[in-house]
Order: sequence, then C-alpha cells, then structure tokens
Amino acid sequence: MADPLLQVTDLRVTFETNDGPVQAVNGLSMSLEAGGTLAVVGESGSGKSQMAFAIMGLLARNGRAEGSVRLEGREVLNLPSAELNRIRAQSIAMVFQDPMTSLNPYMRVGTQMAEVLELHKGLSRRDALAESARMLDAVRIPDARGRLSQYPHEFSGGMRQRVMIAMALLCRPKLLIADEPTTALDVTVQAQIMDLLEDVRTEFGTALLLITHDMALVAESCDRTVVMYGGRVMEQGPTRALFEAPSHPYTAGLLSAVPRLDGDDSELAVIPGDPPDMSRLPPGCPFAPRCPLVMETCREVRPVLEELGDVRRACHAEPRAVA
Amino acid sequence: MTAYILRRIAIAIPTILTLIVLSFVLMEFAPGSPFDSERGIPPAVLANLEAKYGLDRPAIERLGIYIWNIVTQFDFGPSFTYRDRTVNDIIAQGFPVTLTYGIWSGLAAIAVGVPLGIVAAIRHNTWIDYLAVGFSIGAQVLPNFVMAPILVLVFTLWLGWLPGGGWQGGQWNYLVLPVIALSTSFMASIARLTRSSMLEVLNAPFIRTAQAKGLPMRRVILRHALKPAMLPVISYLGPTFAFLLTGSVLIDVFFSTGGIGQFFVAAALGRDYSVIMGVTVLYGIIVVALNLVVDLAYAWIDPKIRL
Repeated sequence: MADPLLQVTDLRVTFETNDGPVQAVNGLSMSLEAGGTLAVVGESGSGKSQMAFAIMGLLARNGRAEGSVRLEGREVLNLPSAELNRIRAQSIAMVFQDPMTSLNPYMRVGTQMAEVLELHKGLSRRDALAESARMLDAVRIPDARGRLSQYPHEFSGGMRQRVMIAMALLCRPKLLIADEPTTALDVTVQAQIMDLLEDVRTEFGTALLLITHDMALVAESCDRTVVMYGGRVMEQGPTRALFEAPSHPYTAGLLSAVPRLDGDDSELAVIPGDPPDMSRLPPGCPFAPRCPLVMETCREVRPVLEELGDVRRACHAEPRAVA
Repeated sequence: MTAYILRRIAIAIPTILTLIVLSFVLMEFAPGSPFDSERGIPPAVLANLEAKYGLDRPAIERLGIYIWNIVTQFDFGPSFTYRDRTVNDIIAQGFPVTLTYGIWSGLAAIAVGVPLGIVAAIRHNTWIDYLAVGFSIGAQVLPNFVMAPILVLVFTLWLGWLPGGGWQGGQWNYLVLPVIALSTSFMASIARLTRSSMLEVLNAPFIRTAQAKGLPMRRVILRHALKPAMLPVISYLGPTFAFLLTGSVLIDVFFSTGGIGQFFVAAALGRDYSVIMGVTVLYGIIVVALNLVVDLAYAWIDPKIRL
C-alpha cells in the first residue's frame, strides 16, 4: 500500500516553561490520505493548534516536538528550517484562525501573495501578480485584479480569510491545514468560508486538515475525526461513527453542546468544569474531573487507546454506558 | 499628501508665533538685564544703552517690531552682549557646526542601534542578546560628561589618534570624538527600543503567516517585520534629532567645537535676549519640521494612516 499523504505517529509536543515542562500534545497518531479530510476537535488548550504548528515547524522557541510526521513517506518533523521552507507553501500550507491579524497590515495584498510565487516558483513579479489575481478570482473575490493593490484593512473579515485561503493555495499544496478558519467570523460568513474550503479542495485536490472546536463544522466537512482533550486523543475514527455512537463521554459531551433547533430542550448543554490546566494534569484520564461517568480507576490509571470497531478510544467506561 | 503637508505648514506658523510670544513674555519677567555688571553702570549710560537697543519702548511695541523683522527679513536683531554681531551672525556661525555633528551623531546612533536591536531580538535570550542589552544599559547610564573625558583620555592622550578638541571646518578626525560622545546614549536607546519593538512584532500572527509561506528568516525580518518594528523608533527619532541638531552645550564646551549650544547657554546666563529668542525660534522650527517628517514616515509605513 502506498504511503498516506500525512502519517503522524506518536507526536509529542513539550514546552519548557518556568513551571517546568508542559506536554501540549501527548502521543497523537493519525493519518490522512491524499485529497482526504480529517478534523482535529477539542476545546481551547487541547493541544490541537500546537499539533499543527509542530507539523509546520512553527512551534514557539521553547517548544519541542518528538515522534514522527511523514509527508508522503518522508520524515518532516524537526527538519532544518531551509528544508522546511521548501515544504511550507509548496506541500503544506496553513490558514490561521484570525484573518484580521494573520495578513501583514503593512503590505499590499498582491505583494504578500506574489512573494510566495516569486520565491517558490521563480515567477517574475508580473506573472506572480497575474497568478495571484487568478487565485483571488478562484476564491470568489470580486474585482480580483484591482484588489491586489489594496491593503488588508480594506477587506472585510470574510474577504481576508478568502485572501488567506487563496494565498495558501498559490503553490497548489497537497495538504491544507486550516486552524479554526471560521472562529473569528460571523456565522453567515463561516458557512461561506466552509463552502469555499470544500470547493477548493475538490477543485485543487488538496487534502484538508481542519482544526476546530465546532462539532457542527466537522459533521459537514470531514470524513474522519480526532477528538483531543488535555493533549491526548480521546477518540478517533470515521466522523459518521463518532456522531452516531460516540464511545467516549467527552465526544458525547461535545456533541450535546452543539446547538440544535429541532430538539425540545431549549437550554444549551455544556460540559461542566473548565479545560484542564496543562501544567497540572491528573495522573489518570485528563477528562476524569469533568466526566459524568467517572470511576475510581479513571483518576488513577490513564486509559490507553483501544480499537472498538472502526473507532479507537481511550476510556475505561463501557461503550454502551456512553451513548 | 501635498494638501496635508501644506496644512501642516499652515498650522506650524501659529505654533511658532505662540512660541515667540511666550518666550518674549518669559524674558520680560525674568529678573536681571543684559547690562547688569559688578560695578554698576551710571544711569545716563544705561538710559543711552536702552534707547540704542529700543528697550525704553513698551514691551508690546518691541514684540511687534521683533515679529515684524522676523517675518519680513528673517532678522532676529542685534546681540546685546556681542556688541558688533547680530543674532543671525551667531546662528550662521554656530548652527552649521551643530548641524554637522548632530546629523552624524543621529546617523551613527541609527546605524548601530537599529541593527543591534534587531540582532538582539532575533537571538532573544542568547548571549548575543545579553551582550547587546548589557551594552545598551551601560551606554545609557554613562553620561556624556563622563564619556567625553574618557574618550579624550584614551584616544587623544594615550593613543594619540584623534584630536581632543577643535573643529577645523569639520574635518572627520575632529568629528569622531564629539559624535561618539553625543551618540552613544541615543544609540543605546534606539537599540533597546528596536529590540523590544521587534520582539513584539515577531510574535504577531502575520509573522507566523510569513514563516508558514516558507520565507527564509532573513526575508521575514526585512520584508515583514522591520517596517512595523520601526514605528516606535521613528517616533523616538523626532525629538531625538531635534535635540541633536540643536546641539549639546557639553559637547560644544568640552570639545571647543564652536557649536550653537554654547552660545545659547552664554546668552541665557548673560540675559542676551535676542540670542535666546533667536535660538529658541530656531529650535521651534526644527522641532515642528521634524514632527512633520515623523508623521510622514508613519503614513508611509502604516497604510491605515490616511493623510
């Protein structure tokens, strides 16, 4: 069997802080086929963004990544920056959470886009700008050519995220990592951006790794899902299986926290308690303090990922008890 | 843009007029007179002197004449203590000297301070960073009246490389020591400002975007981070350059450069009203002009500022 596009094996991300080392990601394994879709879901602080930064080699200076990240079979974790720079934009591109601050406010949009093509494809400024305009057109920005000479503040939030997506796609990367691409946007604009991501994915054959806290987005856009909590995988498998029969209490909690209009219960369900303090994780299951099904073993013995049909889960509770 | 500059110049005129009036009023209330002396001058002589310089007329009339002469002929009047020289002569003699070493000091401070700050920020929390910060703090706490004698001691008396004073029409070897003495503390401030500002910019999300695009670090710094990181430095440079161009009394006195700073202090001590006024107005014009330059530089860097 051919290598998958992205194969992450036992990824661990550690930050050296003044309070000692903090494990932001602990033993994450997942794979994504070319052109496929994968969601990584979790609350803020679950380590999902740090996972993406580790893949891109963008960890903060005090962060360290271990394990393995293979891109088409080639190990890319902790490559020297010169080699990473050949992979970035060309093989893996990234769209960030806040389009307001992720574009350089002091540079024209056209310049920011064109420099990617000038650097990686050796295009002239003129050709790079023409290609950038075509790409802005592809993400449905009206008057693409005219907008190249504008600055980011002249674009609305949704338009800026379109620019970010267009910029990420310039070199036709095989993998697009979208880190909370819609969180900073209005709800109506969110839907447009998700539609756009789906469209460009089919048009350019790009695989999508979607990082989000929003289970509703996952249901619509991703075939497979990884649910993270406290830097660890709680449950992973086909999205459909997770939605139809969550086998982990945390997944079940996330699902019940999605607002629904058809239910008779008008009150929004929440998962009680706060996201964990990553520097003081409990010895057992990180979700134990908030888990409705918590047992004595959960507090002491950390559950390991086990196969359960199509799904892998890390939980001591009986699967039937969860649903 | 042109309209903006014209508008700013139009605003500058009342600003400078206000400056003239205020300094004139302050001068009126200041005790003492340019003709005070140990021995005392006979009343008749004093009356003659005052009549000669127009001091017997009412203050409001003198102010009117003063402003009229500046506006129509750019004439700041005669000096009260240098009997045969006008304020214009004194400025024409001292200001070019001050301007020369002031500009070189400013350029030296930028040329060393900015790269030092950038390198310290890129190598944050490494020995390079600590060295740069250490140098900055040292240079900042070492006042130039300590710096100047040390420089002369080392480079003039011990090594004999450079002259310890004089001007000689601004030859480079006469410039080096005054420029070093004057610029180091500004160099240090610029380095620290650049460093902290660059550190902040390097944490901005758009820098991460630039890195995610696969740009080499050099390009990320030069094309994406440098311009915004320079904003606080530029606002610091406005008043700093005004200070440098108007000269330092200490540099003038210590290195006998003949710059305008020493005339200003001598005039203030000797109640030489017209020299004080002339230099003050000159300073005012420089400050106003430099503020305009700073604003234009801001607009050039930050597209959100519309002029």
